[in-house]
Amino acid sequence: MEVGQMQRSLVDYTKSLFLEGVLDGQFLQLQQLQDETNPDFVAEVVSLFFEDSQRLLNDLTRTLDQPNVDFKIVDAHVHQLKGSSSSIGAQRVKNSCIAFRNSCEAQNIEGCMRCLQQVKQEYFLAKNKLETLFRLEQQIVAAGGSIPIMELSF
Amino acid sequence: MNKIRALVVDDNMVNQTMHHRLLENLGIENQVVKNGKEAVDVHYSGKYFDLILMDMDMPIMNGIEATKTLRAMGIRCMIAGVSTRSLDQEKQEFIEAGLDDYQEKPLTKAKLVSILHKINHTT
Repeated sequence: MEVGQMQRSLVDYTKSLFLEGVLDGQFLQLQQLQDETNPDFVAEVVSLFFEDSQRLLNDLTRTLDQPNVDFKIVDAHVHQLKGSSSSIGAQRVKNSCIAFRNSCEAQNIEGCMRCLQQVKQEYFLAKNKLETLFRLEQQIVAAGGSIPIMELSF
Repeated sequence: MNKIRALVVDDNMVNQTMHHRLLENLGIENQVVKNGKEAVDVHYSGKYFDLILMDMDMPIMNGIEATKTLRAMGIRCMIAGVSTRSLDQEKQEFIEAGLDDYQEKPLTKAKLVSILHKINHTT
């Protein structure tokens, strides 16, 4: 595939992530912080998000598996995940955390279990989509092309 | 213009990295600590900052306690609370601890510029 076609595929794919609500405008803020002095900034922050989220999801699974669930601890973990997903623009993950916090507040264990499944689903969707995005970018760079700059004008 | 120095206080590594880079991108020298106690300790070590970006929910010492402690120590620099909390009551307690500004996360370049604008207007 020639570079122009790859660049168009990347633009279309990125647009789809915004239209599906996987990403929001905060992701563009992240991209704007990447330059020649920090060429891998987006990938570095997103990797941190992946590590942080995996740890939090493991902690949530463990905490909700206890015979006496401490909803304060569950809420603290969800708050962390909401914060980091919001910072990178992972909109659907963030929104699923908002619903999760409502279940924590109500001390609704079944609600929390459902929300945990939802958050995991949204997180793995975002992870797969972002990994695909980075792969497309790497293919363009490997072929000697540059990454087109995205603007939210659609 | 004198170079502004900032302190990022946040326990979340994603936010630490974002806020550090946002500040760096605006030419602001900055240091990152992971909770309120470290923020207080860095001041005890003799360091001085023009701006503190203070998260609210942190282990060991949260943003409210850290802000109260810093103000009690005589620290008068701009302290901007940065949190995902959106309820007025939650924000009010943080503001009353001694904040000069409050911005809801996620922090953006525009929000940071609005904080910096307040530093320039008060010096």
